[in-house]
Amino acid sequence: MRLTKTTIAAGVLALFAAGHADAAKLDEIRARGELNCGINTGLVGFAFTDDAGNWQGFDVDYCRAVAAAVFGDPDAVKYVNLTGKTRFPALVSGEIDVLSRNTTWTFSRDVDLGLTFVGVNYYDGQGFIGRKSLGITSATELDGASVCIQTGTTTELNLADFMRANNLNYESVPIETNEEARSFYEAERCDVYTTDASGLAATRTTFPNPDDHMVFPEIISKEPLGPVVAQGDDQWADVARWVLNALIIAEEMGVHSKNVIAMKNSDRATPEVKRMLGVEGDYGAMLGLDKDWAVDVIRSVGNYGEIFERYLGMNTPIQLQRGLNAQYTDGGILYAPPLR
Amino acid sequence: MLALVTNLLANRTIRSIAIQVFTAFALAAGVTFIAYNTAINLEARGLASGFDFLSQPALYDINQRLIHYTSESTHGRALVVGLLNTLLVAVLGIILATIIGFVLGVLSLSPNWLASRAVYCMVEFFRNVPVLLHILLWHGIILGLPKVRDTLVLGGGTYLNNRGLFLPRPEFEAGASWVFFAFVLAIILSFILVRWNKRRQVLTGQIFPAYWASLGIIIVLPLFVFMVTGGPINLIAPEASRFNIKGGIQISPELAALTWALAIYTGAFISEIVRAGIQSVSKGQTEASLSLGVSSGRTMRLVIIPQALRLIIPPLTSQYLNLTKNSSLAIAIGYVDLVGTIGGITLNQTGQAIECLFITMMIYLMISLIISMGMNIYNRRMALVER
Repeated sequence: MRLTKTTIAAGVLALFAAGHADAAKLDEIRARGELNCGINTGLVGFAFTDDAGNWQGFDVDYCRAVAAAVFGDPDAVKYVNLTGKTRFPALVSGEIDVLSRNTTWTFSRDVDLGLTFVGVNYYDGQGFIGRKSLGITSATELDGASVCIQTGTTTELNLADFMRANNLNYESVPIETNEEARSFYEAERCDVYTTDASGLAATRTTFPNPDDHMVFPEIISKEPLGPVVAQGDDQWADVARWVLNALIIAEEMGVHSKNVIAMKNSDRATPEVKRMLGVEGDYGAMLGLDKDWAVDVIRSVGNYGEIFERYLGMNTPIQLQRGLNAQYTDGGILYAPPLR
Repeated sequence: MLALVTNLLANRTIRSIAIQVFTAFALAAGVTFIAYNTAINLEARGLASGFDFLSQPALYDINQRLIHYTSESTHGRALVVGLLNTLLVAVLGIILATIIGFVLGVLSLSPNWLASRAVYCMVEFFRNVPVLLHILLWHGIILGLPKVRDTLVLGGGTYLNNRGLFLPRPEFEAGASWVFFAFVLAIILSFILVRWNKRRQVLTGQIFPAYWASLGIIIVLPLFVFMVTGGPINLIAPEASRFNIKGGIQISPELAALTWALAIYTGAFISEIVRAGIQSVSKGQTEASLSLGVSSGRTMRLVIIPQALRLIIPPLTSQYLNLTKNSSLAIAIGYVDLVGTIGGITLNQTGQAIECLFITMMIYLMISLIISMGMNIYNRRMALVER
C-alpha cells in the first residue's frame, strides 16, 4: 500500500512544490539534522532489523556512512522502507535524500527517470532459486513453470527477456516485497523465485530447510547495484559518490575502523590516505563537509571489506564470496577513482 | 465608494452573482496554478511528460491475459489487458454480489429463526471487516489448497490446486459458428416468446410457462445444431506437465480470492438494502394479493419485488460502484488489473507517474459513469410511472 502513498506523494509534490530544485540538498539535510535514507522493506544481509529493532545491513551501513560524513554521527538517519515500486517516486519527490536499496543502475533509470547513480557497491546478477525436488538443474528447463517475481524491478524485465529468448512459457506471479515472495514460494504458489543472486542467497537462509533449495547456475543479467540520488544537485551527488569511493579506497589502502585514528596521526601513511583522512589538503571542504569526513565514515562503519564481511561474508549465514566485488587488486572489479 | 459597494452587496442577486464570479475565478486560477506548477516542476526534475510511452514496448509479462499480449506488446496494450482484468472482476463480482445479496436479503426475513439469525451473523461479519482483509483471508485460504504435486482431480478434465482451478478449454472447428448462431437465435426466440406470453396474459389471462420454455429453447436448439454439424466444439482437458497443469482455462487463486471477497463483502451490504426494500412494501399488499388467490411465490415476484426495487436500485447502484472501485485492491495479492499495469508496472518502468495515474483515474471514472448510467436507465424503467 506504500505504492499509492508514495506515488501520490510524488504526484502531489510535483503539483504543489514550488520549484525549489535550486536549494542545496546538503544544507537542507544539515538544517533537518538527520538523513532520510531509503532502504529495503527487509532483505537479510542488506537491510534487516536486529533483536533490538535497529536497522542493520550492507545497504543500511551506506546510509550510516553518509550520515557520518555529513553529521559525524552515523545514527543521524531516518530510515524509510521502500518497495521496488515506491522507491523512485520517494526519491524524486524528495521524501528521501538517498536511496540505498539494491537498485540496479540502468540507462533508462539514469537518463529517463531523473536519477543519478553515484556508483556501484555490489556487482550482482539475476538468478533463480527452486526446490531440488523439481528435478531440474538449469533455468532453461523452466518451460511451463510459475515464477515469483518482484514487481517494479529490472528483474521483471530481465525475466521476460530471458523467457522470450529461450522460448519458454511461464506464469508470472507478481509480488511486492521479498517477504511476500518468500511466503508465496514456501506455499508453492510458484515453482521458482527470481531476483538478484545475492538476494536469493540471503532469502535461502531464511527457509526452514535451506538445503532443499538450490540456486540455478544461470545468471541472466548484469545487476550493478548502487546508491542513487535525485538528479539536479551535483554537490549532493558528489558527497554520496565520494562516501562510497572512500569506503572502497579505505579497503584498498588498508585503512579500517580499528586503525583509522592511528593512521590519521601516523606520519607513515601514504599521501592518498593522508588526503582522504584530511591530514593533507582539505578535500572535505571541497565537498562541503568537515575535514574529518572520511575518518568519521570509517570510524563508524569500517571500510567496504569490513561491511561486506559483517553482513554478507563467509562468517554470516548468507556466505557470499567476494567474487566480482573484490578489489581489482584481488581479482575483482571494485575500482574506485583516485582521491586527489 | 464603500457605501456603494455595501449597497450593491446588500442586493441579493448582485451578491450571488459576485460570489459565483469570484468562486469561478478562484477555481480557474487554482487549476491554472496547479497545471503551471506541475509543468515547471516536471521540467526542473528532468522528467519528460506526454503520452508517447503508450506506444513503446512494455517488456513485461502479465499472467492473466484475455487478449493476445506478449512482453513485446505496447504499454497501451498492457493497459487494455489490465482494464479487461478489472472489468472481469467487476462483472463477475457484481453478478455474484447481487445473487448473494438477494438470497441473504430474502433469507434474513425468513420466519425460520435459525435461518434469519444465521444470515444476520454472516452479514454482520462480512460487512464489518475491511474488504482488504477479506481478500487477504481468502487468498490465504486458497493458497492452503493442495499443492501442485497433490493436485485434486475433480473429474471431467477439471483440476484444483493452490495455483488455481483448471477447466477444459473449448476448441472450435469449422461448424462452430452455426452453433453460436443457433444460440443467438434461441435467445431472440425466447425474448419473443416472453413478450407474446405477456401480451396473451393481458388479453386472455392465460399463462404459458414462458421462462421454462425459453430455457428449453436456449439449451435444445444449439445442442441440436451441435449434433447436426457433427460436434464442431471439442473440450480439450488440461494436462499435468512437469511444473503445472497446462492447456486448459486457469482460474487463478488471485482472481478467485478477489472476486469472492468483493462479492461477499458487497453482497452483505446489498442484502441489507434488499431487506429494507422488501420491508418498505406495506404488508397490506401481500395480504391483498394472497386474498385474491395469487400464490405466495408469484406475490413475491409480481407484487412485492417490483415495488421494493424502486427503493433498492439507487443504493444498489452505489454498491456496484463500490465493488468496481474496491477491485483496485487487487494489488494486495498480485492480481494484475488496471492499477497493476498502467498504474503500477508501466508507471514504475516509465516513471510517468502523473500521466499514468491520470489515465487510471479517468478510466475508473468512465467505468463508474457507465455503470451509473445503466442503473439510472433501469431505475427510470422501474420507477413509479405517474400519469
